[in-house]
Amino acid sequence: MAATGATRPAHLGWLAALPPAAVFVGLIASIGSTSAGQVVTFGFNWVPSLDVSLTFRIDGLSVLFGLMVSGIGAAVALYANAYMAGHPRLPRFFLYLTLFTASMLGVVLSDNILALFVFWELTSVSSFMLIGFDSDKAEARRNARQSLLVTAGGGLALLAGLILLGQVAGSYSIAEINTAGDIVRADPLYVPILVLVFLGAFTKSAQVPLHFWLPNAMAAPTPVSAFLHSATLVKAGVFLLARLHPALGGTDVWLWTLLPVGAVTAVWASMMALCQRDLKLMLAYTTVMALGALTLFLAVETQIGIAAAMTFVLVHALYKASLFMIVGGIDHATGTRNLMALGGLRRALPVSAGAAALAAFAMAGFPPFLGFLGKELKYEGALAIAEAPFAMTAAALAANAMMVAVALTVAIRPFWGPPTEAAERAHGNHWAIVAPPAVLASLGLILGLAPGLVGSILVGPAVEAVLQGTTAPELKLWHGVTVPLLLSVVTVALGSILFWRMRQIRGMLDALVRLLPTTGDRAYDTVMGWLNDVALWQTRLLQGDRLRRDFLVIFAAATAAVATVVALVPELSFASLSTIPEGPAIGAVVLILVGVAATVGVEGRLTGLAALGTVGVGVALVFLMHGAPDVAITQLLVETLVIVIAAAVLLRLPRTPEVPVRSTPARWRDALIALLAGGTITGITLMVVDGPLDLSVTEAFEAASVPEAFGRNIVNVILVDFRALDTLGEIAVVVIAGLACLALLRGTGLIQRRRRRAAEGPRP
Amino acid sequence: MKSGPILNTSTRGLVPLMIAFSVFLLWRGHNLPGGGFIGGLVASAALVLDGLTFGPGMIRRRLRADPVTVAAVGLLVGVIAGLLGWFAGSPFLTGLWWKPIVGGAELPLGTPLLFDIGVYLVVVGTISALWLALAERRQGGED
Repeated sequence: MAATGATRPAHLGWLAALPPAAVFVGLIASIGSTSAGQVVTFGFNWVPSLDVSLTFRIDGLSVLFGLMVSGIGAAVALYANAYMAGHPRLPRFFLYLTLFTASMLGVVLSDNILALFVFWELTSVSSFMLIGFDSDKAEARRNARQSLLVTAGGGLALLAGLILLGQVAGSYSIAEINTAGDIVRADPLYVPILVLVFLGAFTKSAQVPLHFWLPNAMAAPTPVSAFLHSATLVKAGVFLLARLHPALGGTDVWLWTLLPVGAVTAVWASMMALCQRDLKLMLAYTTVMALGALTLFLAVETQIGIAAAMTFVLVHALYKASLFMIVGGIDHATGTRNLMALGGLRRALPVSAGAAALAAFAMAGFPPFLGFLGKELKYEGALAIAEAPFAMTAAALAANAMMVAVALTVAIRPFWGPPTEAAERAHGNHWAIVAPPAVLASLGLILGLAPGLVGSILVGPAVEAVLQGTTAPELKLWHGVTVPLLLSVVTVALGSILFWRMRQIRGMLDALVRLLPTTGDRAYDTVMGWLNDVALWQTRLLQGDRLRRDFLVIFAAATAAVATVVALVPELSFASLSTIPEGPAIGAVVLILVGVAATVGVEGRLTGLAALGTVGVGVALVFLMHGAPDVAITQLLVETLVIVIAAAVLLRLPRTPEVPVRSTPARWRDALIALLAGGTITGITLMVVDGPLDLSVTEAFEAASVPEAFGRNIVNVILVDFRALDTLGEIAVVVIAGLACLALLRGTGLIQRRRRRAAEGPRP
Repeated sequence: MKSGPILNTSTRGLVPLMIAFSVFLLWRGHNLPGGGFIGGLVASAALVLDGLTFGPGMIRRRLRADPVTVAAVGLLVGVIAGLLGWFAGSPFLTGLWWKPIVGGAELPLGTPLLFDIGVYLVVVGTISALWLALAERRQGGED
């Protein structure tokens, strides 16, 4: 571990920090117009036929979130550059990180809900890549898969919800949906839409009981935890609730879903945070707490409640990203994040100790930090929830007091007290590991000293965007002696007691957790276990270890399905059966029949294969006689190559068949199914030929072929011009199928090598 | 793989002819039977014949590039052919034509031909990759 401190960072991180920094500057430049209440939109039509446009919308809400994403994104890129220095897959890391930053900016800036959804899913995918970045660890792989399944599952629900919402509102533009709020709320589909959107938001923003993936996401490298899993990605759900607040909010269902979910999440996560030993996990649970608090405040319609949410989003992003990076620095310097093994690090990491104190003060909500403002607003907002002021204030008080205790723990335990063994071994950190969190933590203080400015340019415009038009309350540090101030004093007192009695409280919480019948994480494992069992059972049932059985199942099932449809068609006539082949066609038919007889009759696989080829040649002749030379040539060539490649496969098989010769009843059964399958296909073909042939498409192509596409071979003109997109799809499929075959062929070789190695015993 | 003198000699003569014929089919496909897919199949058949006679190494020598790369380049060429129309302001994959007069005759060149070349490369790359994967495994024993 000590050696990593000596590795000098590369320049890649500087490059990765540039795009978000540029966006940051651009958004700062647009503050002038958004704080004046203007909305800037720009973009282009992406898929006009589906009403999907790539339009971006810069208003108070997107500026607030966009600034956090781009600003922290740039800071994290610099931090990761030093933190991950010397990692062999550093370029890949920055690729994923940049992909995430871009997608997250897409989520917060999109004006079209379908485009927003695409970006939303891209954040899930890039998060999956980043959680599983240390892919040689089973835990990282498992947790990455878990986060993907939970968030992408929620994403599917969200897609359905957004499509319904677009249908009901008559537009997929957020601006238009938000002005159609009354129509949406009155629609019978309102509740289904709400449930689906909530599923998306709650999975992404880790609300209890769907929160379990977030602490597990800590398997990701620390820069990722600081950026994705505290400051940005997990806020996407909260952002969505704020974004759609004008269209969906303001009803009882909205209020009474978000209030309890948010309150339970906040309180439960705070308790979980208190009983963690790993600093990173502790911070992860406080993130869940923050997401719960944000959800709680987005339930309401009051200005003060929304202002509390918007201020807290900013406060939390600053202190949490900073604390995560500091914990990463501790891990980097000492090789451990275990609270029990840390202490007295202030000499080795003096700047980090100071930054941790700043961030923790903001987290605990001490004046004059921005966190104090946030906490005051939270209490004011909770008291203003007319439906349940006491319950909500109590929940906020409990959660905040526990946050104070966690803040004190994170700021004091690792840095103060007598140095532990780990602290003795600690080395100093590169400045790029120390500086970004220090800057973010200082911002929490600086912004707190300028509450009027924060209120007028950041929080105010965001509140106006959420509540559409109403002016936001002014932000002030000193309100006089009010109930929120008294509650703040109580919070700090309670938090200090919790910190002082940490050991006992942790014991109690541990006992409580043990009493739980199950946790989300364990329930996930159970469900995944069932899923695996079902898949295994179904695979064994349908795809045995014999190819012959597989084919039997496939052909029998396909024939049964198709034959049912054919039998249901009324007035089935086989008029074209009366057409008797004549002239050269008789030759082709004879060739096909002889080929079939030979295929069935001959012994040996290669001979059978060659006989089957004869059938193909006969069919090609039929094509040729009916004026389709291109199809005939293709048929001939494919037939030839299939035989050559199939022969290459067959030659690999053992010469003597290990499969016992089939019994006579089995042969009759196979023959019956083969005849039925062939008969059904023949029936369908005859039905098609029987109907009147609509030549309008053919005629249109014939007419356009030479004047528009300069080609006389219509088949080719269709392939490369009229329907070229289909062909592009097909050649893509050819390449993908080829790659899959290669993987399969090489993969089995790998398994054989492994088996052989295992048979030879362990290598010395 | 054993091959006698008859196969050896005829392969030496046939393969260049087949390759030339496949390019001819590709070129004339827009007006007469042929095209990228058929041309690609003929070229693949030529390569496989080469491989059957002289061993898989012959295919690699003739292709020079890895067959998977050939297929991927083909796909890329197809996409580029589509993008050219898009850059010209028309929908993706719209045909663009350029008809220079060469030696008194009009030579029709266009993005559909480029697209067909992409199809040709995809077919050649994929089929030879598959055949090579099978043949080389057999040659090298279990691996």
